[in-house]
Parts: sequence; structure tokens; C-alpha cells
Amino acid sequence: MTTSNTNLRRHPGLNLGPSHGKAHEEAESVVFGFWVFLMSDLVTFAMFFAIYATSIQATAGGPGNADIVDVTSIALQTGSLLISSLLFGVATVAMKYHSSKRVVILWLLASLAFGLCFLGLEIRDFIDAAEKGAVPMRSSYLSSYWALVGLHGLHVSVGSLMILVVCVQIAFFGFASDVKTRVLRLGLYWHFLDIIWIGIFSVVFLPGLLS
Amino acid sequence: MEHFIFGRLGWDDIAIFDVFRDPTASNIVGSSAGWLAVIGAVIVAALLLIKGWWKPLLFTWLNTTDHKKIGIMYIVVGLVMFARGVAEGVVMRSQYVTSYQGGYLTPDHFSELFSTHGTIMIFFVLMPFLIGFMNLLVPLQIGARDVAFPRLNQISLGFTIVGAMLLMISLVVGQFATGGWTGYPPYTGVAFQPGTGPDYWIWSLGLSGIGTVLTGLNFAVTIYKMRCPGMTFLRMPIFVWTALCTSILLIFALPPLTAVVIMQALDRYLDFHFFTNDLGGNMMNFANLFWMFGHPEVYILILPAFGLYSEFTAIFSGKRIYGYMSLVIATMAIAVLSFTVWLHHFFTMGQSPTINVAFGIATMLIAIPTGVKVYVWIATLWGGRIRMRTPIIYLAGFIVFFAVGGYTGILLANPTVNFAVHNSQFVVAHFHNVLLPGTLFAVLASIYVWFPKFFGFRLDERWSATAAWLFIIGFTFAFMPLYMVGLMGLPRRSPAFDDPSYIPYMIVTMVGALCVLAALCTLIGSFVVSALRRDTLAVPGGDPWDGRTLEWASPAPVPEWNFAFIPTVNSQDAFAKEKAAGTAYEIDCDTYEDVELSPTSWIGLNIIVFGTLFGFAMVFWIWWLAVLSALALLTHSIGLGFVRDKGEIIPASVIERTEKDWIALAAEGPGTERRDEVSPSNRGIAARISEA
Amino acid sequence: MNNKDERAHDLRMYFTGFIAAVILTALSFLTAILQPFGSVGIFASLAVLAAVQIAVHFRFFLHIDVSRQKREELQLILFTGLIILIMVAGTVWVLGNLMTRMM
Repeated sequence: MTTSNTNLRRHPGLNLGPSHGKAHEEAESVVFGFWVFLMSDLVTFAMFFAIYATSIQATAGGPGNADIVDVTSIALQTGSLLISSLLFGVATVAMKYHSSKRVVILWLLASLAFGLCFLGLEIRDFIDAAEKGAVPMRSSYLSSYWALVGLHGLHVSVGSLMILVVCVQIAFFGFASDVKTRVLRLGLYWHFLDIIWIGIFSVVFLPGLLS
Repeated sequence: MEHFIFGRLGWDDIAIFDVFRDPTASNIVGSSAGWLAVIGAVIVAALLLIKGWWKPLLFTWLNTTDHKKIGIMYIVVGLVMFARGVAEGVVMRSQYVTSYQGGYLTPDHFSELFSTHGTIMIFFVLMPFLIGFMNLLVPLQIGARDVAFPRLNQISLGFTIVGAMLLMISLVVGQFATGGWTGYPPYTGVAFQPGTGPDYWIWSLGLSGIGTVLTGLNFAVTIYKMRCPGMTFLRMPIFVWTALCTSILLIFALPPLTAVVIMQALDRYLDFHFFTNDLGGNMMNFANLFWMFGHPEVYILILPAFGLYSEFTAIFSGKRIYGYMSLVIATMAIAVLSFTVWLHHFFTMGQSPTINVAFGIATMLIAIPTGVKVYVWIATLWGGRIRMRTPIIYLAGFIVFFAVGGYTGILLANPTVNFAVHNSQFVVAHFHNVLLPGTLFAVLASIYVWFPKFFGFRLDERWSATAAWLFIIGFTFAFMPLYMVGLMGLPRRSPAFDDPSYIPYMIVTMVGALCVLAALCTLIGSFVVSALRRDTLAVPGGDPWDGRTLEWASPAPVPEWNFAFIPTVNSQDAFAKEKAAGTAYEIDCDTYEDVELSPTSWIGLNIIVFGTLFGFAMVFWIWWLAVLSALALLTHSIGLGFVRDKGEIIPASVIERTEKDWIALAAEGPGTERRDEVSPSNRGIAARISEA
Repeated sequence: MNNKDERAHDLRMYFTGFIAAVILTALSFLTAILQPFGSVGIFASLAVLAAVQIAVHFRFFLHIDVSRQKREELQLILFTGLIILIMVAGTVWVLGNLMTRMM
């Protein structure tokens, strides 16, 4: 395998043109730095998970885990996130193999659409919960539930905003190397949020069906 | 309407007018501190305008992304806050002198003092000092032109300054928290402290915390990816190793703080119930989360200091560091172990003895690598040609006191002893005993060592050495008696006591505190005197102490491009080896190339201005201002993605001229013998010694 | 390998990951809904399924593998895992213990 091939393999979607050299070195630092950020963020999420785990019984007589889970909605949300992730993957592959700007932007917007789907469903769930009296002010358990799920939702919202921003950047600058690494990093972020979501449905929602 | 515009900010919140409303002793002290801050700010602003200094401040400092200037700014922030922290310490000691059955400060004022003192000293003195040195030294020591992400570096500095600004504002408007630097709820919850205090704490720690995580990220990537050719991990200077471990700690230890600050903010602003007394809230979650950050934080503060000691101990002993590998392993061991001991900060809060024992043992384990380090420094001194300059004075104080601090740490790590002395002045004595000699002395010594590198002239030896002795003596008197009163039963943080037998000890600590204050003045004096005599003290050759690592291989002040060529190394202490071989001042390459500096940016200033406004607005519930400043920050950050500035290009001819001037200087004479290094003959070129 | 094969390979990676993720998610949901075993068994299987799915996401979406080029990222992730394990397990241990002693 030649070096350039190794580089291509290294980050699917990252193809900085024939003269790799400096641009690739920089991209490597940037991507590694982003990994570090993601891992730091992961620890923050872990803390919210830990607090959630320690507050499961602290419902103070209010609604508990079992009262707020709508399994259909959660399944749909999970599906939206997975499809959105897949579409983002397709977008990066399209970018890597020199598709036109328009094609890549369309794939990204499709991915965004499913992200927004997820957010819409999640907000609806939150409203439903609030109508049932399951507001975060009710108990420590609900505080930690809203904070954990809401923190993930906030991340998805930021990610959605960033998808729009990179679309504009692609339209403006085309596939310059810094735009490409930015799409790549956003992809890492987007897939990373799925991993958090796996934690959320396995720790928060599905155990709620048991009790 | 008024409520919309000003939130809950009212005239009564302007703390500097308290003295006119009610001139008690407590208010006089509090308001004068506020007035001092205001007058200081006015004088600085006036000087900036009249002398025209605002221009260089804006265009060569605040918009720079140069790691050296950013490092200097960190240290300046640290020094300013240090002055305030010391002043608060002295006021607290004076309270203790008078506090037999009373005291001249109100309990609330006293609580505010120890809360700001702790917060400032940890987050806005020691951390900026150490991060400043990481900025100054890491790129130079690994042979890089800058850090991996220069603009991010500026952003980090911006957030740190925001936190410091909020603390300074709290002197003038409103009140800071009275819950200590740890801010334990429910006391800091909205039910007991509805005022602004805990909110200042939340935003100054929360916002500066963002900057600190980003610093960790930046330096981890810098050290991983930017080392010069030949600089393998095991050839890195010890300071770079400690900086790497600190970065790792910052990356993984700050998230619990972020989480706990977010939760506390949700509790206070949106009526959540994480840590409240009612509806299932559990303050133990706060203690647990906070110390998962708090204990690694201790090592964030001490590891780079260990690195600094290792560097200059080798330099001033005139030999290489003893036991490089053991230092590296010890550093890594401390970094990992520091994540496993947090519970020893709350041994007495009700968990089972099994848990206490487990964490107690883990704590004692840390003493092993730390002990290794102390032996390594002693072994480095052993058989060396030690020059008793200021850094070695600090080092001597450090080794003695740090051993004492370490022993008391082992005592405290034992849950049974801990139950007896927890929350007493014994604990206060212990952590001052490790942090002052451990971190502060390291930083002060390092300022002496590396000041010439970045400003081009040495600090006056006599003034610096006097400051060092005053710090050591002041420290001894100010904190050693606290072990005694702690064992006699005086709780920490108590504004008054009823046992007259404490009084003599308190007088001794007061003397010590005044001595530290004198030391601080001497330190500032050393800067002034040295600046006035900068021509005799000049060291243009950039190597005044016969240094060993790459940062000494350039003229002083270090040129903006750091190195004319990216160096290639093939051993540890590469510069010392080259000097011994007589090849240090040779040109290895004949074609010079243009160097592009990292582009300037205004994002840092934007963060300072709008971040501070945001924090202030959140503290006083001025929602429109908070939203606007948050939007300003958000749009600027998104806009960064669209900016494609090029940095200033330094032409090859300039680089060549600087390099050749430097080499010509080195060729002029035999250089300075080590024993003459504090005489005016020291021009920053060391005499060749073949045995290095 | 030519460009077209590479492209097919990259796409196949994402689709493989997607299908595996869908299957694992479905298994998790079915376990929780149908409740085929006792609660300990369900929690255990949920944990295992989640762990496998996280590994799948890292492998197929985030492109982490054991190859030399990915070593730094892999080390970082594993170290983060260790830290999280210490912190979360420690928290649950300490807080759980406090809770039982309060009863």
C-alpha cells in the first residue's frame, strides 16, 4: 500500500489533493485535537450519566422512570439519528470522491433533516412529560433526567447549526482543505452523538419499561 | 421597565459605597479594596490613554497569537491576582489577631475573604502562572514555532481573563460567594444565599474552565504532534513531560467541574433539584463531583512545578538531571493515580470504613512517586557544582517544606487521623505547605530563571534573593503555627475563637503574613530595579545560565519565529551537548527561508469583553445583555470559519541577519564562566565546559 | 485498488455499520419490551448490546481500528474509557454506599 493510499484510508472523506504534505500534517493535528475534545466531552456526559444513576430513586413521590417513557417515540428518535448518521457518512464519501458541491450539500441537508426530525420528536416528548407534571423542578430524578437528555439534545442542536454552517462554507469556498477537515470533524461529532444516544436509551429509556 | 434593563442590579449593590452608608471597620476594609480596584483601573486606563500605550496593548498584545506573548500575559494576570490574593491573606491574618471573642470583620465579610482568596489563588494565580510557563517553554523546548492551535490559545487566555475580571468586578458591584472556593451547596443554594455571590462563583469558574480545557487540548496536541525531528518522547525535557501530564489532567479532570457548575447553575437559575435539601436533592453528589475535579486539580497545580524544579535544578547544579526515566514514570504514575483518590477530601461525610480505607491507601500510594521525585532532585544536586542563586534558594526551601507538607499529607490520608483533624487549621497548614513551596516557589524561581530569555535582561540578584528569603521566612511563620492551632482544635474558616491560648500563635502568623507582603513588594521591586538597570543586566546571547535544553538556543528576547531553522536533535539536553562539542553556535544550513507567523485575531478580545458582559449579566439577571453578548460570541466564533487570514511573513533576510548577529556575538569572546553569571560580564553566552 | 473500488469500500463500511447498528438497537428494544429473562438478565443483555453497538459505531462510523495509523486515537479512547470507568464506578459505589447507610 502506498503512502497516499494510507492517508486516504485514514480518514474517509479526507482527500486533500495530490500534494499531501503540509496540509495533511495540519489536518492530522486538527483531527487529533478534535478527538481530544470529543473525549473530554464524553467525560462530561459520563458525569451526567453518573448523576442520573445515583438519582434514579430520588423521585420525591413524583413521576419516575416508567411514567415518562414513550417507547415508540424513542424508537423513532433512534432511527432518525441512525439514518442521519448514515447520510452524513454518504456525504463524506461523496466529498472524498469529487462529487459536485451540490450533491454533497444535498446529502448533508438530508442528514440535517433527520437530525431535525430527532429534535422535533424529542421536544414533543419533553412537552408531553411537562404536561404530565414531569418537569425538572419536580424532583432530583427529573432534574437529572432533563439535564442528561437535554444536554444530548443541545449537542444535536449545535451540530445541526454547524451542518448549515459547513453547507454555506462549501458553497462559498468549495472543497478547500480547511473546509474538508471541518466536514470531517463535524462527521466525527455527529457519529459521536449516536454513541451517547446508545448510552441514553440503554440507561434511561429501556430500563424504564421494566418497572 | 427598570427591572428589565438592570435586572436585579440596584444602587445598594455597589459595594464601594457601603462605607458611606455604614462606616464599620468591616465596610471600610471591604470598600477600600473596591476603591483600590477602581482607582487602579482608572490609573491604568489613564496611562494607556495619555502615554498612548493602548496602541501597542491592542495591536501587539491583545490580538497576538504568539505563544510567548500569550504566556507573558498569563503570568501578568497571575501576578495581578496574586497581589490581591496576598492582600486578602494578610487581612484574614489580621482578623485572627483580633478575633479572640470577636474580630473586626463581620463573619460574612470574613467568609467572602476566604472564598475569594481560595478561588483566586487556585484558579487565577497558580493556574495562569503554570499555564503561562507552559506557553512560554513548551514550544521552545520541543523545537516548534508555536503551539498546535495558536488562535485557540488566545481563546483560552480570553476565558481565563473573563474569570479574573468577574472576580475583580465582584469587589465593586455585588458580593462574592461566602461558601469557600469549593462552594458546597445547599449553603450556596438559592434557599440560603439568594444573592449574587454563588452566581459570581459559578460564572467565573465556569467560563474560565472552558479556557482551561482548551489549553489542555492545545498542549496535548502540541506535544504529540509538533515535536521537532529527533525529539522522541524520551528525549523531551522533564518540563514537557509534566506539561503533557498536566494537559491530560486538564482534559479529563475539568469535565466534572463543568458538570457540577452546570448543575449548580440549573439549581440556582431554573429551580432544578440536584443539590437542594428538598425533593430528593443530594449535596453528596456535589461533593463527589467537585472532588473528582478537585483532586486532579491539585496535581495540575503541582506537576508543572515539579517540571520547572527539575529543569533549573539541573542547570544550577551544572549537571544533567539524575534519574530521567524515574522522573518520567513518577510523573505518569501521579497523573493516573490522581484520578483514584478524590474521596479523601470527604472522609468524614458518612461512607463506610471500607471505602475510606480504599481511598486512603490509594492516597498514600501517591506518596511513593512523589518521594521518588524529591530524591531525584537531591541526587541531582549531589556532586553537582551548585551555584546558590535565587532559584536554588527557593529549591532549598521547597525540599525542606515540601517534605513536611508531604508527611502531613500522609497523616491526613489516614482516615482515623483525618477524623481528628479534618476541617481544622491543620488542613489549612497542610495545603499551604504543599502549594506555596511546591508551586509558588517554583513559579517565582522560574520567573527569575526564564525572565532574561523573554525580556533580554536578567533580574537583579540581590533583590531577587532577598525576596526569596522573605518568602521562605514569611511562609514559615505564617503557616507552621497553624499546624499547632489546628491540633489544638481551631476549625478552619471560623471568624472568631474563644480560647486565649491561640493568640500568641496568631500573632506569629500575622508577622509571617506581613513578611510575605514584604516579600511581594520586594519581588515587584526586583522587576522595577532590574528594568531600570536593564543595560547592565542585558543578556542578548540568550543563554545566561548555561542552559541545557533547546529554549536557550536562541538570542534573547526570543525572536517571534523562535528558531531560524526547525532544529534536529539526537539526544536529551541537546543544547548542552552541542555546547560541549563546540557546535552550538554554528550555522547548519545556508539557505534561509521566509517564516509565516500565526495570523493575528480579535476573538480573544471579543471573549474578554463579551464574556465578561455575559457573566455579569447572568449574575444580575440582565437577560437582554446576556442574550446579546452570547450572540456576539456565537457569531464571532462561527465567523472564524470564514476568515482566512494569512499571518505576517518574516522575510528570510531578517531571519538571516538576526541569526548571524547572534552567532557573531557568540564568536566575540570566550563567554562567561558560571561563577560570574551574576556579574555584568554575563552577556548571555556561557563559557565552554567540555565535561557536560 | 482503483478509485471506484475504494468508493464502494467506503460506502460498504457505512452501510455495514448501519445495518449492524439497526439490528443491535432492535435487539435492545425487543429485550426491554418482551422481557424474555429476569431483570438481572435483561440489564446484563442491555449492557452487552450497548457495548457491542458502541464498538460497532467506533469501528464503522468513526473508523477506529487497531491499525498503526489509528493507534493514538485508540489509546486516547481506551484511556478515556479507563477514566470514565474509575469516575462512574466510583460515584456509584460511594453514593450507593451513602444511600444504604442513610436508610
